[in-house]
Amino acid sequence: MMRSLKKKVSRRDFLRTSALSGGGLLIGFNLLSACKPEAKMPRNISEINFQDFNAFIKIGEDGYVTIISPNPEIGQGVKTAMPMIIAEELEVSWDKVIIEQGKLNTNDFDRQVAGGSQSIRHGWEGLRATGATARQMLINAAAIRWGVEASTCRAEEGKVINEQGDQYYYGELVADAAKLEIPEKVALKSPKDFKIIGQNATNVDMDAILGGQALYGMDLEREGMVYAAVRHPEAFGQTLLSYDDSATLKIKGVLRTLAFGDKIAVLATNTWAAFQGKDALKVEWKDGPKMESSTDHEKILTALLDSPQADIRREDGQVDQAMKQADFLLERDYHAPFLPHNCMEPMNFFAHVQPDKVELIGPIQTPAGSAKRVAKELNRAPEQISVEMTRMGGGFGRRLYGDFVLDAAIISDKSGLPIKLVYSREDDMTAGIYRPAMKYRIRAAVKAGKVSAYEMKEAGINGNMYGLIPNFFPAAAIQNYRVTSIKHQSDITIGAWRAPYTNFIGFAEQCFFDELAEQMQKDPISLRLELLENAKDHLDDKIQYSPQRMIDTIKLVARKGNWGKAKPGRYQGFSAYYSHNTHVAEIAEIEMVEGLPVVKKVTAAVDCGIVVNPTGAINQVQGGVIDGIGHALYGELQFENGKALSDNFDNYKLIRMREVPEVEVHFVESQEHPTGLGEPGLPPAAAAVANAIFKASGQRIYRQPMLKAFQEAAQS
Amino acid sequence: MSLFSINVNGVTHEIEAEPQTPLLWILRDTLKLKGTKFGCGISQCGACTIHLDGQAVRSCALTLEMLEEEKIVTIEGLSEHLDHPVQIAWKQLDVPQCGYCQAGQMMTAAALLEENPKPSTEEIRNAMHGNICRCSAYSRIEKAVALAAKNLNPTS
Repeated sequence: MMRSLKKKVSRRDFLRTSALSGGGLLIGFNLLSACKPEAKMPRNISEINFQDFNAFIKIGEDGYVTIISPNPEIGQGVKTAMPMIIAEELEVSWDKVIIEQGKLNTNDFDRQVAGGSQSIRHGWEGLRATGATARQMLINAAAIRWGVEASTCRAEEGKVINEQGDQYYYGELVADAAKLEIPEKVALKSPKDFKIIGQNATNVDMDAILGGQALYGMDLEREGMVYAAVRHPEAFGQTLLSYDDSATLKIKGVLRTLAFGDKIAVLATNTWAAFQGKDALKVEWKDGPKMESSTDHEKILTALLDSPQADIRREDGQVDQAMKQADFLLERDYHAPFLPHNCMEPMNFFAHVQPDKVELIGPIQTPAGSAKRVAKELNRAPEQISVEMTRMGGGFGRRLYGDFVLDAAIISDKSGLPIKLVYSREDDMTAGIYRPAMKYRIRAAVKAGKVSAYEMKEAGINGNMYGLIPNFFPAAAIQNYRVTSIKHQSDITIGAWRAPYTNFIGFAEQCFFDELAEQMQKDPISLRLELLENAKDHLDDKIQYSPQRMIDTIKLVARKGNWGKAKPGRYQGFSAYYSHNTHVAEIAEIEMVEGLPVVKKVTAAVDCGIVVNPTGAINQVQGGVIDGIGHALYGELQFENGKALSDNFDNYKLIRMREVPEVEVHFVESQEHPTGLGEPGLPPAAAAVANAIFKASGQRIYRQPMLKAFQEAAQS
Repeated sequence: MSLFSINVNGVTHEIEAEPQTPLLWILRDTLKLKGTKFGCGISQCGACTIHLDGQAVRSCALTLEMLEEEKIVTIEGLSEHLDHPVQIAWKQLDVPQCGYCQAGQMMTAAALLEENPKPSTEEIRNAMHGNICRCSAYSRIEKAVALAAKNLNPTS
């Protein structure tokens, strides 16, 4: 397949090459240019600093290839999968590839972000073209040496071979190749010839993880560094009145304290002293005008659902009329609590603010955005800020927010010291940026055995659904359709949490359709397939999902999950949800043990296009399913007068080994471009379990945490 | 401040610290052994699991004054060449996602197999129940413990 990159962007802006001083070829490409045709590179080629590129490859004269993985690694596997895509097109052996984590250098960057399951989807074409361009330049260099046409030569396992069988290793060609023009067109491999993509590649940091090497921000040390712990207001809405640090300063290892905003930092020579010093502060806080509790939120959100007020996100047909003409209506409310992220590695960041530069190092999903915030706060030029990313002990959305990066920079600026800010678990859970409490009211009309209208209203604390979500299923599948939303402003900070919004909309909607199918006396899978068939005839430009891909995914899960053929004592529930560009369908199987539901097995079918790294992909889907089930069964952060009522794992339950079901993952065979997997496995999981609980007990679940909802219903 | 002598991975260290200091922070901040992770500080998550005379214990809840003359082993000392059966199994099954909890998971698994080389599925699940993995890589953790046991007992 020949593909002209000119369609997207001028090649000169897209790729840069240069000879390495130590010998070798360096090819850089700008992911921003690759993704956004309008983007321009800012410099002359002679002034290029290759550190500034989002990704690049170095081909050494020793034949080893170093691929810089551009995006932050939070456990989603991109540090392995993104270089695999480059290596595939470059035609090198995976065992000759060395992976390095790319740095951020504040200029020009975009999408050097881990979030929204988008790294692979956005990177796919650019990564392939980069590998293919390097391969072509090496072939061209060899062809010139042999005096033959480049088209008569081929590349294989780090070598260029001609028709006579003569060969050069890449390492022998790089000096010549670096002097050549960048080819205008490069041939991308046909997916059927892939040797690396589609094969299992072990996590590239495996040995470092096995040996306990210092990979994470928490592990980072720098010369002269001191530790800083921060005492946050105890409740959202509070401000700092005064504090007494006399007990703190008596603690061995504590150096000093300093206040900034409504927070107090304790600086110490070690983490333990910093934590102890923080706890020893005597602080007077002042309550704000509204110190909110979860019981208030219940009432506020219900009142918002009842009110006629709301922003229309999408409206098709005549919803109100269809509702009036219905044979029957089904209306249900679904309730979601706040959730903390609880990354296993608590928030932390290193900052060293110096007169001429600001050095930031640590775990962050959004290095560019955080650098900008720090530059603004400290009134520095953007080019003075550098950000280095460590491996991250989980992200789940929490590390999209650079609040802790900003705090670290401020503490370093005020103290003049290189510091590492470290959160205790209690800081992490009680000063979080949470999945908001939400409520959804869903109503559907049924006329002559068909779903004639559908309406969903969202009410949330501080947050509203993403713009794309109203264009997910059942948009197009039901012709009279309306999605609206409204929010309540609160002091509690909210943000993205693994599969933002869809993590709960998926539950609400998929529970609703199960109940609707029951009321219509239809099998839930049959109803879904019928609606998806109808959607095919009503697609518009805004619709995000593919009805056919979803149909194929559902059929695969029905077959692999033995839908309708549960063993005695087992009960099945079905759910299917498209999110983050990936189609997923799941069947959960539960058993009732001593009157309570126990999830035994989940079968998942996934269409994420080409599967780049199957072992990593399966791990992501299994994790997403189990994580989704765990949080739906147990997760809840309640507030009283602005204060979080859980602060550590003794009073906040996460799913653990004994509660974990078997998760079987099947991928739809596909030649489509790959899409992400960090999130899409999660949204359908909770509804599949809730629908199975209904089969087993006759009890519908409308509220998370589901186990608590089930027990309350059983008692009433 | 008091003086303590502790043996970590076969090396004896003289440590001057407050008696109530948790071993976790001595390992991490004093001895710079960063493999043992901080997760919760109240022995609920298992990220800081180490071996104390072969027993899996939470180093965040173990203060210096509680120590006698036990041999302490951390993930860095589990094997010399990453070849403990648990490490081999972890690699074979590509277990980690973010990887942060995995040192604690492996230390718990290694102690289990030391005590019970042929654990049943239920015994594995019980033993690993105290270690949280927020990425929920549990499916592979469970399989890896079983694989390590199988590698330990090739004939069975």
